[in-house]
Amino acid sequence: MDFGPFLFLASLEGLVQAAVLCLTALGLCLVFGVMRVVNVAHGEFFMLGAVLAWWITNLISTHPALGFVAALIIAPVMVGLIAFCADRLILKRLSYNPEATIVATIGLLYVIQQTVLITFGADARAVNAPFYFRVQFPWFGYSGYKLLVIVAAALILLGAWFVITRTRVGLMMRATQYDREMAQSFGIPVERVYTVVFAVGAMFAAVGAILVVPIRQAHYLMGLDPLLLSFIVVIIGGLGSIRGTVAAAILIGMSDGIISVFFSPTLAKMVSTTLVAFILVFKPEGLFGPSVVNFRIYPNHKGHKGYKRHLRLNKK
Amino acid sequence: MTPAKINSGNSRKIISLHLAVIVILFLLQFVLPEYHHLTMTRIMILAIFAMGYNVLFGYTGLLSLGHAMFFGAGLYGAGLTAYHLGWSVPLAFASGIIAGALLSLLVGCIALRTTGVAFMIVTMMLAQVAYLATLYFTRYTRGDEGLVLSQASRSFEFFGATVDLTNPSTRYNLSLALLGITMSIIYRLVRGKTGRALVAIRENEPRAQMLGYNTFAIKLKALLVSGTLSATAGATFALLFAYIGSSFTTIQYSIDALLFTLLGGPGTVLGPALGTFLMFYLVDIASQYTTAYLLVTGLALIFLVLYFPKGILGTIKHRWLPWLP
Repeated sequence: MDFGPFLFLASLEGLVQAAVLCLTALGLCLVFGVMRVVNVAHGEFFMLGAVLAWWITNLISTHPALGFVAALIIAPVMVGLIAFCADRLILKRLSYNPEATIVATIGLLYVIQQTVLITFGADARAVNAPFYFRVQFPWFGYSGYKLLVIVAAALILLGAWFVITRTRVGLMMRATQYDREMAQSFGIPVERVYTVVFAVGAMFAAVGAILVVPIRQAHYLMGLDPLLLSFIVVIIGGLGSIRGTVAAAILIGMSDGIISVFFSPTLAKMVSTTLVAFILVFKPEGLFGPSVVNFRIYPNHKGHKGYKRHLRLNKK
Repeated sequence: MTPAKINSGNSRKIISLHLAVIVILFLLQFVLPEYHHLTMTRIMILAIFAMGYNVLFGYTGLLSLGHAMFFGAGLYGAGLTAYHLGWSVPLAFASGIIAGALLSLLVGCIALRTTGVAFMIVTMMLAQVAYLATLYFTRYTRGDEGLVLSQASRSFEFFGATVDLTNPSTRYNLSLALLGITMSIIYRLVRGKTGRALVAIRENEPRAQMLGYNTFAIKLKALLVSGTLSATAGATFALLFAYIGSSFTTIQYSIDALLFTLLGGPGTVLGPALGTFLMFYLVDIASQYTTAYLLVTGLALIFLVLYFPKGILGTIKHRWLPWLP
């Protein structure tokens, strides 16, 4: 194959990866932006989505498309419910203290992962794509399903953008993100917003996983990579900024495949992880600059609500 | 008056308590069956790791999610020099410790510019880089598969006597001696001026800063001590058990150190050791019944952070024994 078509193929593959990464990272970004906590168990919600999709498509095996559509509807709801319970039972009781939440979500990570290991087993399982259709380009044929993944992710992102910027619920979320106390005194049920955001964040990860599971396979350890990648994306995109996150997801998703062609994947990961750590240290507002609603976990950014909140939470 | 003088009545109690722990551990080796003898050796080394971790987390209030990289620095610093360069045991041990100290300084200069959640994530990411490095330089480290030190490289002359690290009893007593040394280092550190400054930073960093402390330098010192002790544990592990693999640098080990400290009691000298002992046996027992023994780790983390944030010794200190260091 010539270089042009080859690059085209690589970009298509990159777009598929970017699409899934967008959804997953957006979930993490919402949770971080609104609740100001880091959810380390986010990758496990991704994994749960994939595993539940396998389970549901096996239950409804009359037609692959039917099972898949059912999975796409039921699995995220189940994951959302689990996240809802986790929020009510654990995070709320910690009053969303950032450090305690990280430790608790590490615990949650193990609990979910190992429960899946016990019930689902250690084998990787394949899920059938809802349809088989090849799009014939002049140089190669390409899986129609993968193109659908890109389109579906784009539609979901548009929907999310609409809800966040144009509806009452989105307004409540943004108000809570911007200033928790002020929102509360204006009658916004902040705690309920937190719970909903946590559940919705998990559902985004689950949807991303369900879309990708016919391409990859479901496995109980599959959550780690999306977690690290989402971290990277959210940090580069500017913590809590949705636009930045989407831009970073596309950048990372597209470049990941291309870099891996030229360098050893391990070296690529080493370099990118180091760079991201340095971004967090030296440029915590991310590469895409401060956005409209931007929160920093940096306590010495004075005059920002986050700083006051940090001081309050660290008062012993 | 120095703090030590204020508490001079307590310091006798404290010293006898620590001596009692050492004596009990020393006597245990004569009654323990072979399997538990080996397990206790491992626990003592991991306890050094956890106690080192505690200097940063328990006393300074900095929660690191990347201490496995310091453990790994000691492990590889000792193991690679012994394996590839044929360095003798004391020399390899020293190089492991130095590797750990250098890495802590480097990591400290970068990561200590952040606090709180950002510190946790930066340390986690740097540790992930260290883990990937052990995989990338697989020509020297053999990655996941790891290296096994030869029998010959595991004994050395010490003042005319031959010390053989394949002997279980030697291993047990060496670990115990190192544990004792670690305990006294940490005790001296936290009872002294630096220890007070560390706690001041933990409780309120801006206030400590206002009182004239150079908090960055003090935190760097804490990280240096913490990382070097962790590296000492790693170097000991490599030389005593003769196996060096990248699995020791995974995030799992960083979380273990956190868990051991949380369980035993952050901010107490003996807490992490107690936590290591209990958690190691808990996981050991659980792994006899299920492959999903990490479930225990997860549940323990959630339980501790929700209901028992002071840990065992922390609670005892808070309720009954305020003199516990």
